[in-house]
Amino acid sequence: MTRITIDPITRLEGHGKIEIFLNDEGDVANTYFQIPELRGFERFVVGRPIEEMALLTNRICGVCPEAHHMAAAKAADAVYKVNVPRTGKMLRELLYMAFYATDHTTHFYALAGPDFIVGPDAPVAERNILGVIHKVGLEIGGKVIQMRKYGHTVVEKIGGRKVHPCTSIPGGLTKGITEEDRKEIEDMGRWAIEFAQFSLKAFNDIVLGNKTYLDLILGDIYTHHTYYMGMVDENNKTNFYDGKVRVVGPDGKELVKYAPEEYTENITERVEPWTYLKFPYLKKVGWKGFVDGADSGVYCATPLSRLNAADGLATPRAQEEYDKMYSTLGGKPVHQRLVTHWARLIELLYAAERWVELATDTEITSPNFHAIPTEKPTEGVGIVEAPRGTLTHHYWTDERGVVTQANLIVGTTNNYAPISMSIHKAASSLIKKGTVVNEGLLNMVEMAFRAYDPCFGCATHSLPGQMPLEVTIHNSDGEIVKVMKQFVD
Amino acid sequence: MTKPKFAMYWAASCGGCEIAVLNIHEKILDVDANFDVVFWPVAMDAKYKDVEAMDDDSILLTLFNGGIRNDENDHIAKLLRKKSKILVAFGSCACEGCIPGLANFSPIHEIMDTAFNTISTENPENIRPQSIYDMPEGKIHIPTLYPILKTLDQVVDVDYYMPGCPPESHQIEAVIDLVIQVLQGKAELPPKGATIGAGGSTVCDECKRKRNVKTIQEFTRIQFITPDPELCLLEQGIPCNGPATRSGCNARCPSVGAQCIGCYGPAADVEDYGARLIAAYGSIIDANEPDEIDRILDGLVDPAGQFYRFNLAGSMLRAGNSALKSVD
Repeated sequence: MTRITIDPITRLEGHGKIEIFLNDEGDVANTYFQIPELRGFERFVVGRPIEEMALLTNRICGVCPEAHHMAAAKAADAVYKVNVPRTGKMLRELLYMAFYATDHTTHFYALAGPDFIVGPDAPVAERNILGVIHKVGLEIGGKVIQMRKYGHTVVEKIGGRKVHPCTSIPGGLTKGITEEDRKEIEDMGRWAIEFAQFSLKAFNDIVLGNKTYLDLILGDIYTHHTYYMGMVDENNKTNFYDGKVRVVGPDGKELVKYAPEEYTENITERVEPWTYLKFPYLKKVGWKGFVDGADSGVYCATPLSRLNAADGLATPRAQEEYDKMYSTLGGKPVHQRLVTHWARLIELLYAAERWVELATDTEITSPNFHAIPTEKPTEGVGIVEAPRGTLTHHYWTDERGVVTQANLIVGTTNNYAPISMSIHKAASSLIKKGTVVNEGLLNMVEMAFRAYDPCFGCATHSLPGQMPLEVTIHNSDGEIVKVMKQFVD
Repeated sequence: MTKPKFAMYWAASCGGCEIAVLNIHEKILDVDANFDVVFWPVAMDAKYKDVEAMDDDSILLTLFNGGIRNDENDHIAKLLRKKSKILVAFGSCACEGCIPGLANFSPIHEIMDTAFNTISTENPENIRPQSIYDMPEGKIHIPTLYPILKTLDQVVDVDYYMPGCPPESHQIEAVIDLVIQVLQGKAELPPKGATIGAGGSTVCDECKRKRNVKTIQEFTRIQFITPDPELCLLEQGIPCNGPATRSGCNARCPSVGAQCIGCYGPAADVEDYGARLIAAYGSIIDANEPDEIDRILDGLVDPAGQFYRFNLAGSMLRAGNSALKSVD
């Protein structure tokens, strides 16, 4: 038995690690994707006041604290059965749209973009954000920085801080915005729409116009037929902040549409002894292992999943791009995982358009952004769509609003099983008897999980660079035969 | 001339410290101009083996964020200590444990029991992840969790402390400027053990809200009132941690109507954060009768969290009794 350890070097810092075992014929016998971290939030939030959940759970992830802030705040609203005034809801969603636009931008240009814009087989030294800038033009680097700055500015204006926002409380927020803030936020949103359109055009010209890339995207290596999850509004249009969670099957038909408080009837998590992360699956379908198909409860919750699970997007320009994507690819649902990058850019456009819609609403500057809770606190669930998947926070409290029990199903966790399957399939397809395991092949395996923008342990989400990989090949005696690095000096 | 070497590393953390560093935007170019960045997993190829191969003390400056939650974090902390001339505990987790340090109120088996038996978890065989597991194809490994979370200076010697969750970007810029001035011979390093990138007083001293030295008859909670936007939150009964917390953030949270939750850690010369905050609260409570004092204090629904929210792992307590008992 030969073992290949694909080790994001960050694994040594407590992130993710892939083990590939080859059989005696040199084909892939099995793969394991392990998550080596556990911090125990579900235990230590017990005993803490419910209003602190939106502050404590931020610290699960410094890359997407806004998602935890919102899910926890919504769960706390539900605990008190308090209706957040319209302005309060809009302010939270506005903050969230600016965050989404920023996060999706970072992922596309710094993480995924290099594979497509520069090319999956380009020299390693060019396959990074600098290579993207080189190919698309120098001004794009400035635009990406500008987009991030604008996004953080809005998050800070509404959330009080650039990292770990602090203003959402049960019933709404601690502050509103002035007309001066509003105008500035609107202008930045209008710029963001143009930036999103520019990004889609670049994707269209560089990626879709290139047959090699298109073949790679539509090929079998990166294709899985699973269920898809995403939150939708009352018209079944994608919504990131509020709504019901809709799940469609591999055939695109709706399996279920559930309200946040019904999640336990729909989602179950499986424990494996070789990793700290659990594997969620659809309870009504059941766990059949790491397999595709309508009989397997494995589901996916990504930008592409959200578009597959919805009937469309609620803003005009994004809807146009949505229609274009599905007509180009021959209808819904789309199963090719690399299309997730395209879907992410369409979501970027939606977030920017929604940002402007909210910033131009006449009630957004109203002082009516908080309702004081009056009901006895009991139990509540809050769900938002984090960029990396449906995020569920569930709290139980005593009569003083002190947490007695908590349950969290975070974004990337939803995708643990499908990512494991994608890695297995990419490895099995690419590593065969006699194959030379080289850097290009490694990148092809890496691309299988990069499409999901994984954020394991809330840390593997590398910002400006790609996830570094190291492959160590052992012979059957455990001796190291060869070491290769994804990045060479 | 070769540039001095710089490293940044994350242990058990959330990634927010890295984002805070990236949020200094153009200033990051100053780091690049003055340093040879040799190890920074978030921003570049993490050449871990290269770090092992480096000479001792060959990295001039290492910013270390995250607490020590498992044997892997511990191993890297020791490695980077050996290779670095100046090791900075960067951010609340490395300095004092931060929110993940609240895990120290519970023994590790309770943390595992909770995580692997939640309402949505199906685990009839009561499986727990194992450090070494025998798969049919061979053994596979994951790190071993420690009984309690430790701060960086509980496993290695630390030269400087930079507090904050995360440290404010303007403070990071100021520290980078200082280090560059030191390199150019224009400034001197502060004494070993100093807190850098923060103020010398309390959040209250930076807070623009008016204080009337008023006493309170009860504590309330942020969701139950519409606070006066000009007045001290604590004097309005909201349990704000400003009086015990180090300055440096420009009173960021109180300025947007949210109470300080203490992320900058103990103010200068404060031996025990919780004790200082208890003293501050005691001084504003308007009561002399024990029953009345009890009634007012009952308004603080989570004293343990209130007084040690960011600071438990680094405090004199370090952990709750049941968790401490599980430490060898």
